[in-house]
This record gives sequence, C-alpha cells and structure tokens, in this order.
Amino acid sequence: MSASFERGINAFKEQMDAPVAAFFSSCVRCGLCAEACLFYTETGDPKFTPINKLEPMRRVWKQEYSFWGKLTGALGLSKPVTDAELTEWETLVYDSCTLCGRCSMVCPVGNDIAYMIRKMREGMAASGHAPEGLIGATQRAVTIGSPMGVKLPALQAQIRHAEKDLGFSIPVDVEGVDYMLLLSSMEIMNFPEFISAVARIFRHAGVSWTISSEAFEATNSGIQIGVSEIAAELVERIVAAAAKLKVKYVISPECGHAYMAIRWEGPNLIGRRYDFKVVHILELLDELRASGRLQTSGKETQRLTYHDPCQISRRGGVVQQPRNLMNQIAADFVEMPETGTMNWCCGAGGGVSSNERADEIRLKVFNRKKKQLDVIHPDAIVSACSNCRIHLEDGLEEYEMDIPVLSLTETIAEHLVDREQKEGQQP
Amino acid sequence: MTETELLMWARGPALQVATVIFLLGVLVRILEILVLGRKASLAEARGSAVAGGLRTIVTRSIPDRGTLQRSTFNIVAGYIFHTGFFVVLFLFAPHILVFQDVLGFSWPSIPTQIIDATTIVTIIALLAVLAHRVRHRVMRFLSRFEDYLVWFVTILPLITGYFAFHRIGLTPPTLIAVHIISVELLMVVFPFTKLMHAFTLFMARYYNGAIAGYRGVNS
Amino acid sequence: MSNEKTLGEVLRQQGVTRRGFLKFCAATASMMALPPSMVPRIAAALEKARRPSVIWLSFQECTGCTESLTRSHSPTIEGLIFNTISLDYHHTLQAASGTHAELAREKAMQENFGNYILVVDGSIPTANPGYSTIAGISNLDMLQDTAKGAAAIVSVGTCAAYGGIPHASPDPTGAVAVTDIIKDKPIINVPGCPPIGVVITGVLSHYLTFGAIPELDALGRPLAFYGKSIHDRCYRRPFYDKGQFAETFDDEGAKLGWCLYKLGCKGPTTYNACATTKWNEGTSFPIESGHPCLGCSEPDFWDGGGFYKAISMPTGDITRTAVYAIGAGAAAGVALGAVNRARKKRAEKAHEKVTINDLEKDG
Repeated sequence: MSASFERGINAFKEQMDAPVAAFFSSCVRCGLCAEACLFYTETGDPKFTPINKLEPMRRVWKQEYSFWGKLTGALGLSKPVTDAELTEWETLVYDSCTLCGRCSMVCPVGNDIAYMIRKMREGMAASGHAPEGLIGATQRAVTIGSPMGVKLPALQAQIRHAEKDLGFSIPVDVEGVDYMLLLSSMEIMNFPEFISAVARIFRHAGVSWTISSEAFEATNSGIQIGVSEIAAELVERIVAAAAKLKVKYVISPECGHAYMAIRWEGPNLIGRRYDFKVVHILELLDELRASGRLQTSGKETQRLTYHDPCQISRRGGVVQQPRNLMNQIAADFVEMPETGTMNWCCGAGGGVSSNERADEIRLKVFNRKKKQLDVIHPDAIVSACSNCRIHLEDGLEEYEMDIPVLSLTETIAEHLVDREQKEGQQP
Repeated sequence: MTETELLMWARGPALQVATVIFLLGVLVRILEILVLGRKASLAEARGSAVAGGLRTIVTRSIPDRGTLQRSTFNIVAGYIFHTGFFVVLFLFAPHILVFQDVLGFSWPSIPTQIIDATTIVTIIALLAVLAHRVRHRVMRFLSRFEDYLVWFVTILPLITGYFAFHRIGLTPPTLIAVHIISVELLMVVFPFTKLMHAFTLFMARYYNGAIAGYRGVNS
Repeated sequence: MSNEKTLGEVLRQQGVTRRGFLKFCAATASMMALPPSMVPRIAAALEKARRPSVIWLSFQECTGCTESLTRSHSPTIEGLIFNTISLDYHHTLQAASGTHAELAREKAMQENFGNYILVVDGSIPTANPGYSTIAGISNLDMLQDTAKGAAAIVSVGTCAAYGGIPHASPDPTGAVAVTDIIKDKPIINVPGCPPIGVVITGVLSHYLTFGAIPELDALGRPLAFYGKSIHDRCYRRPFYDKGQFAETFDDEGAKLGWCLYKLGCKGPTTYNACATTKWNEGTSFPIESGHPCLGCSEPDFWDGGGFYKAISMPTGDITRTAVYAIGAGAAAGVALGAVNRARKKRAEKAHEKVTINDLEKDG
C-alpha cells in the first residue's frame, strides 16, 4: 500500500463537516489571521497567512460540497487541486504551523483555522506529503512505542536514577491505584528531573499513582502528522494499560499535544468514552493546592514569567491552574504582554520540532517570543511543556539571551514542605 | 423604454427575480452547511459548548487589544463601513417602507441629514478599504476577483442612493430606478460570494465558541 | 378677432389704475424670479402689447385645464389680461359654434399667419385618428395644419405635454403629446393635471414681454415654475427630515400635519410650483389639504405604481415571492445537503486505513 494523491483528496472529502463549510463560507479575506500568526509576523511573507495554508482544501470543499462549485466544475470552469499543489503546500501546513490556534482566536467571522489545519493534515499525510522527520517519528512511535525511539529499558534506567536520589521507590505497574502517569519521550530523555519531582509531590500529597511499563508514552505523533488511525492506535495502548491497572485517572504530563491527544481527541479517535478521567498534571497539582494537600514554603524571589503551552492553555483549557500555582511559589510573577489564551506560541509544537527541514524557520519565529520577553525582562521562564522548553532553550541560545527555562512541576517540587515520611511507606 | 417604465420594471419584475435568487441562494448555502452536521464529542466536557458558542457570536465582535493595535485600520475602517451601511439601509424612511411592505412591520427612522452624512462617511470608508486591500501585502496576496466584485456591488447602492436622494445628474425616476437596480445586483451576487458571511458568520462563530467552550476556553 | 387697442388702453378702459397695473407687473416679475428692475420693462412691454391672436385647440381632454385657468374669473388682473388676449378659438369659451367656429379659426390663422400662439390641451390619438375629431377633422390633422402658422405652441396640461390620462396603460387610443407630432416649432410644456392658473398667465406674460419662450428644463417646462421639486419647497419637509410621517389619513400624524411620504406622496420626484404658488390665489395645495402629491406634472404619473404607494416601494407582492423562495430554498438546501452527506459517507467508505507504511509514495 502506498500514499497516493487520490487517498489524499478522499481524506479531504471525509474531513468536511458543518464547521469547515461554515468557516470557508465566511472568510472575507481580511488578513487579520496573518497578524496573529508568528510565522507571518516574523517573516513578513504573506504565504504564511493561516487561511492561505488551507487553500487546496478550500477548493475541494468548494468543488465537492457547494452547489455552485459543483456546477462550475461540471462546466469545466474550476481548477481541480493537483498533487503539485499539495507538494507546494507541505511546508505551509507542517513547517510553518504548530496548530497553536491563535489565528482561531482573532478571526472576526469566527473561523477556527487550526481545527481545519488539523483536518487538512489527514489529506496531506495520506497523499504522501508529510515531512520526512515527522514520518520517521510516527513510524518509531508505532513500532517502538516512542517517536524518539525511547524504549522501556531507557525509562527504567531513568527511574532507577531517580529512586536513588529520592530514597524511595517509584511505583511501576501497580494495580488499583488512582492515577496512571504518562511521560513524553522529551521528558524521559532531556528532563528526567520531572519524574523525581512528580514522585516527591505525590508522596507528599498522598496521591496513589503508578507508571505503566506497557504504555508510558504521552506524545501522540499521529495527531501531529495528522493520521487519525495511527493516533487512535497510540491512544488504545494507553486505554488498555489504564484498564489493566484499573486506574481512575490518567495524568497527561508536561507536554502540549499529548494533552490535546489524550484529553480531547482520544475518545473520538477510538470511538468510545473512557472508563477513566484524564487530568493534566497542572490540573492535579492545582487540585492538591486547593484542597490543602500540597504544602509549599518559601517563594522564588527571581522575576518569573509563565509561557502558556498552546495545546494546554488556549486549545486545552488549563489556563488558570498554572497561575494559581505560580502565585503559590513565585514572589515576583509577571505575565507576558498578551498572555493566557492569547499568549504567543513558542514555534515548535505540532510536529515542527520533529521536522529538521523546519529548523531554520522555527528559530527565526522564536523572535516573537523574544519580543514578549524583551518587554518584561524576566529572570527565568516557567512552562509546562517539555517541547516548548527545549525549543525555548534553543531560541534563547540562538538570540544569546541568558534566561533559564524551568518546569512548573519541578519548581513546585523544590518548594515542598518537608513532611515526616516513614521509609518505604506508600501513602 | 421611458423612465417611468424603467422604474416600474425595477420595482416590479426585476425585484421579484432578485428576491428569488437572493432568498433561494441564501437558504441553499446555509443548509448545505448545516446538513453536513458535526459529530458530537465523546470527550468529557469541561464547559458548555452551547454557552460558549452563543458567547462567541457576540464577543468575537470585540477584537483583543493586540489585534486592534496591529490591524487598527482594518478593524476601524471595517466597522465604520459596516455600521454606516446598516444605518443607511435600515434607518432611512423610504427603505423602511420597503421592509414594511415585505415583512409587515416597521420601525422608526432617523433624520435624513444624519443618513446623508452617514452615506458620505460610508463611501469614504469603502474607498479607503479598497485602497488598503490593494496596498497591504497580505490582503493583496489573498484577494481574488470576487473580493473586488463584492466591493463594487456594495459601494454602488450607496453611490446611486446618494445621487438619487440629491437628484444629481439624471431625472429623479431614472436615478431611483438605477439605485433599485444596483440593489438588485447586490442581491443577485450575494449568495455566490463571500457576502454570505453576513449569515454564515453566526454559524462559524458559534462552532468556534462551542469547540472552545467545550474545553472550557472563552474564544 | 384682433382688436386695434393696445393692452394698456384696454386695461385703462376697464378702470385699472396705473398703480394697479404696475402691481400686477411686479407680481409677475417676482413670480418669474426676475429682479425689480425688470418691472418697468414688463410694464412698458405689456402697455404697448397688441393683443396677440391665440388659437386654443382642445383634443382628448377633460376641460380641467380651462377650468383651472378660468378660476380667476372674479375681476382680477389675471382675468383681464386673459380677456385682452385675442382668444380667437376656444371650444368652451367662444360664443360661436359649428361651422362659424371653424371659420373663425381659419380666419385667425390666415390673418395672423406666423404670429399666432397655438395653445393645445388634451392628447392626440394615433391608434385611430377617428377616436377624436372636431368638425370631422381628426386631432392629428388639425394639429399639424394649425401648427404651420404658429409662432409658438403651448401644451397646456399633462395630456398635451406628455399624453396624460388617455396615454395611461392600456392606452387604447395610442394617445401622444404635441411634441411627438410637431417637431419644427418652439413648444412650451405647461404640465399639471391641471396646471395652476397663474402659471399659464406667467408663461404668456413672459412671451409678451420678451418675445421669446422662457428657459425650459429637459422636459420642456419653464424653469421659472417647474425648476424646483415639490419636496424641496414643501412646508412639511422638516417632518420628512425628522422622520415624522402620517401613517394613515386620519391618525395623529395626519392631524398634526406630518409628512405624507408614507401615504405615497410623489413630492420628491415632482417638479411644479404648487408648494409655493399654490392654488386659488394661494389658498392651498393638495399636501396642505392632507393628500399626498400625485405627481401630476410628470410624464406617466398614472402608471407610476399607485398614488398611495411611495415611489421606493415594490409594485408586486414581494412577501409572497419571499415566502415561496424561502420554501424552495429550504427544500433545495436540504436536498443538496443530503447529497453532501452522501458524498462524505462515500468518501468515508472509500477510506483505506493509513498505516505507517502508507506515509510515503511508492517509487
């Protein structure tokens, strides 16, 4: 079986629904979406206008689902989409879009452009127009279990390392606990301190939890490349593990698209509701804070700001919780100009960071985040997505800015109040 | 054809045809969208989709500060010509009479001097947005023939209406006939173009707000 | 018959003082928007004017124009001026009848060939000239014949000027205006249904004074009387501008004298002197009496879509059309929507599962 143009066009046709039709019908070519997209603002190239990224799909909608389009098509007066055009659009749909959804917030007629880009990727992938890097990541995710190729032994090594520092064990494959934690490959490989931080917080707060050795990967490459059946397969692994361990909750870690995948797309991908609830780690931490189970002492005195990962904040709905937590542990917390659901994307989500071809543009558009930072001059940036974190570090280095990037979970863990813990006791 | 015959044609058969094309076209387009439907989400809701949808229909009319700063001209000029157009269309006594004839009810009108001034302001705003469309690199890049056609059929009734009101150029019956015909042109072009946004934006904003509201986000 | 006495002599004979005569000249000057300095010139001209011969032909008319003119029957200056024109032929006013009347006409034409003023009221039937004849002569023939020796022609009333009520749909007689028949003479249109009495005398006074026809608009009407629309001179205009309209003939607005636009007033598209000069020596005019202007001095005012329908309104039943269109649109929309859904379903059926091996094209 091979990717083909016909499969791609067929996928476009499948993706049409009332919202897509309403959105395409309403666009008045005002260009406001361009000013909301960092890929346009930092390059000045109008081809990065969000609605323009959808042009081939718009033509398919028009020619297949509108009476006038069908009529003009029958009379030979319309231009059908070609494979060459899809090739041309590949960089627009994958390299210069993170699905951040900022365009969807500003469109005056209400178009959810990111929603449509997600759908367009289904056609692009099926016709063989996904980027090489992303294809590789997806293949690894399915065959190995992680887009970065992280296998269970690597995770186990990190866990052992953490246990040595912590002085207590990290629960793996424990049945009947409340929470099952997922981890992104990025965290496992680059920020393993996250695992220790979570372990300490849960012990402190008395949370019963575990990691599954059969399904620990949070990142969903299927969402990023835009192939629903692959995305569904990855979700099914988590659902199976959660069922096996009979957990009540699955925790999505500090990774943006992982949250979107498991929390919002998951049940629709597999076609049924979960038997468990999904919480983002920040949601859980905020619940613990609010109920008094999370006790911290002291505050960070350095000037901190919070970068909203797009898929968690604007597209995910976890906006206030990180702020509650920031206020708990930061004495000098300053918001970015344009923050919350209107914060600017770091530039690397949605598969962009897995795509080497997009490295140059990714670093160029970091300039948008830089402009935000230049207004508030923070001493450090706090965030809750490892992909944002890595890319922010890349960008800061590129622009020679000496600002550390911190994980919110890890920072909270550093301020935990010491509680008397009996050795080996599981709360 | 005498000028009275032209006016009678414009008020009579031409208006009937334009009305049919307009209403039939608008309804077909709206239903073509709605009947496609939207799959209900199986994910656990955080907020209300309906409340979010209805909310966004209203709040999307208010731009966020950053967008307003970056696209000031676009937003301000856009609001001026839209508002002006609606004021002239719906609050001028002779127009209200037409609506009363069709709908069976009417509403108060506003003084003609205000309508007159509003028409001038609206025409100027429309000329300005055309200049902007041609000069701004994003808008120029995005614009198609349709965008310019729509601009033309929108400004034409304002200009012909102004001329008819002030009786400039031709005899009054001819001026009124030309004005009515320019409106009929707008009606006939409407369902085939982006002018449909006048109706579909309610759906688009609703869906946007519903998707976001389901997740607990105010969009 | 032409009289030897001049106009001035006739007036003095009638007992009109010099002062009274000059007052009339001043009123005429001001009515034609001429400066006071013109008054002596008007007086001198009228004083010396020999009574010109006037032949008045009445075709398909109702005699309303004559009625309007002769409302100035009480001893007014206008009436006297009228008497001092040698009205050599007029169906209603002349004493003679039958052959003698026609002989009077022919004699006046011969004696004053090239100098008489031809006044026409009523339209001319062309579908069958037999529809209207005088002494066995069709209107068409009589007009063409009489026009030959006329110095100028005055079409009095909307019928003569534009065809009027006979011309209205379905126009069974093929009624036309004087200007449709005569192409080689100066013609002044003095429309109205009927025109205001003093308007005709004002036009004649102008001709007597200057020996030329007054400045005309695009429809051949003297600008002095037809240069402004009723709307622009109507005393109820402030109500229009403020948006205060009478909705019915006896509601509060009507009683308060509000604008009659909604009741079908054609003021905005009608050009005449009614709002300023008014009728019956300035007594009133239709709008002041509470009735919307019919637009009677405009061509085709009978076919303008109805006296009680404002000029901006649709002539047909748009509501019914709208309801049918919405119904048809809904049906078509649902049908087309169903086609869309079927298309989507077919695409979903045709979907081949994408695996990691299908992400690249073979070859």
